[in-house]
Amino acid sequence: MGDFFTLSVLVATAASAIRLATPYLLASLGETIGQRSGVLNLGVDGVMLLSAFFSYWTVLGTGNLWLAVLVGLVVGLAMGVLYGVITVRLSATQGISGIGIFIFGLGLSDLLFRQLVGTPKPVRRLPNVDVPILSDIPHLGEALFQRNLLTYLAFLLVPATALLLSRTTFGLNIRSVGENPQAADSLGVSVERTRFVAILIGNAMAGLAGAALVLQLGIFQPNLTQGLGFIAVALVYFGAWRPVGVMGGALLYGLVNATVLQWKALGIIPVSGSDLANMAPAVLTILALIVLARRVHAPAALTKPFTRH
Amino acid sequence: MLKAVLGALVPLLAAVVAFAFGAIMLLALGASPLEGLNAMLDGAFGSGSRLAATAVKATPLILVGAGITIAFRTSVINIGGESQIIAGALLSTVVALTLPDLPAFILVPLVLLAGAAGGAVLGAIPGALKAYASVNEILSTIMLNLVMVQFMNFLLRGPLIDPFELEAGTRIPQTQRLSDNAALPTLIDGTRLHIGVPVAIIAAVAAYLILWRTPTGFRLRAVGHSPEAARAAGISVKRNVTLAMALSGSLAGIAGSILVFGSEGQRMVTDGSAAGFTGSAGFNGIVAALFGGLHPLWTIPSAMLFGALLTGATQLQRVLQVPAALAVALNGIVVIFVISSTPVRGWLQRSLADSGLFSRSSNRVEAD
Repeated sequence: MGDFFTLSVLVATAASAIRLATPYLLASLGETIGQRSGVLNLGVDGVMLLSAFFSYWTVLGTGNLWLAVLVGLVVGLAMGVLYGVITVRLSATQGISGIGIFIFGLGLSDLLFRQLVGTPKPVRRLPNVDVPILSDIPHLGEALFQRNLLTYLAFLLVPATALLLSRTTFGLNIRSVGENPQAADSLGVSVERTRFVAILIGNAMAGLAGAALVLQLGIFQPNLTQGLGFIAVALVYFGAWRPVGVMGGALLYGLVNATVLQWKALGIIPVSGSDLANMAPAVLTILALIVLARRVHAPAALTKPFTRH
Repeated sequence: MLKAVLGALVPLLAAVVAFAFGAIMLLALGASPLEGLNAMLDGAFGSGSRLAATAVKATPLILVGAGITIAFRTSVINIGGESQIIAGALLSTVVALTLPDLPAFILVPLVLLAGAAGGAVLGAIPGALKAYASVNEILSTIMLNLVMVQFMNFLLRGPLIDPFELEAGTRIPQTQRLSDNAALPTLIDGTRLHIGVPVAIIAAVAAYLILWRTPTGFRLRAVGHSPEAARAAGISVKRNVTLAMALSGSLAGIAGSILVFGSEGQRMVTDGSAAGFTGSAGFNGIVAALFGGLHPLWTIPSAMLFGALLTGATQLQRVLQVPAALAVALNGIVVIFVISSTPVRGWLQRSLADSGLFSRSSNRVEAD
């Protein structure tokens, strides 16, 4: 245990926590926007798998990381169109539609990977970019300001999402259709359009999350996410539907994952116990849900399809 | 009447859409859709032993699917089939390891009961959390899936690992060959058809009888239809939500036990993922239940169909080198399509007044 509390190991753990938090944060912020509009999207994991695969395949073919990020985003948008049609146009039950999207993404990414790639080959990873001046701060700079551009983007999207929701007309519309769609409708806000756009933004961010996941790892394999997308959905409850709270949750998850990895590497967690240690994020989520369930206020119209009468 | 026709068309249309998607995928992958269909039909129904394999594949889907109908009819969304299957398998494995010398006519029922008990616990936990602590059951069941995979890996790589795997250093996460007295007896020699298949069918019939022919089922469906009204009628919503999840989980747990003791290796084995042991039956069972209109009896033929899709996909991989994951993608399409269609939405939010199979026309609820 003593090995863990050395400065260099702690800095490395913090850096890895922030890196690992990135896909959680991107996906959770997107899910927050969707849920604030009253739409639960449980398909995040499937969307992430598909976008991760296509991003990976793009780098494999072209070597172009930014094209790969763009592809991830577009795949997310395309899945958003599908999910929007299902849940908003057709008013399908959201929970199970999301599971359908998940199963579809899981199967299709697996199928395409086996058919188009076969054996996992490593690809280039997102390079770390030093922030001028800030990255020179001892230790702190190394942990916070020598990360990749998608990590910076994810954390910049926290205030951006908060501002979008609290200070813009569109954000107000999102919140109003999530709380009381009938009232919003009577005031002339299009519930359908608002929810559809919120879904598109959310899925695009899930697409970015998939790209971030695979481009930080530099490799793809079937079921790469291993439930990460579902934890991202839970983080929205964890963060009480607020971007800053969601960021706190994502960082906590990054930290738990990074610590487990570091403790395994240092031998603090024996090999035989590493599977038990892997239970930590999901167990933590369940405990958090138990503690928070009655204390946080969900958008009143969450999971309720809107139909005009 | 029109609604009844529409309702019957939904699964058909879903199948057509999934089929069209499959054909497009095959074309995109450079294979002929007709040859693909041929290979799938041949793989699923081509011989007696293949038919038996299809029925065996369908068995966990029937069980999980029947359980799903109980939960969904009580308005509890059970996504935790994977964890409940694993729990049932682990508990029944431990029973077989502890009492290997019991005679088969005791040990076989005992491992199935152990499976039911293990699954029931993993169902009751999220049920009780929903009932007594307002924890969203979709999230808690998904999290328990993630927890149980790791727990399974821990046991199969550690305390329960086959001693031979340690000796040989190969360390495949699997148990030793379990007692032959626990093996599910084969029904037809030369095929894999074992008693798990009739057990699953009986369980699905039991689920139907419980839901529509007992006071317990009446209470479950009353809670599913309107918790407020049920409460006003003196029905405990909390207890029934927990009970629905426990029943649902117990059926999945039996599936877990059957996956172990109906397997050729007569052992529990994984590849480190949940699907490596369950074959994703926890999710595919949901697909079968939805496709069967959330009716336990209709879940049986529906599960057979998806069992055929799975064995067919294996053959597709063998003959045309198209990855069997195609079947998973097709399952996703079926869910999306079935859930998007109004009549099925009606089924989900349906009144408690219907009596199921024998008055199916009353099931076509007026869409909201």
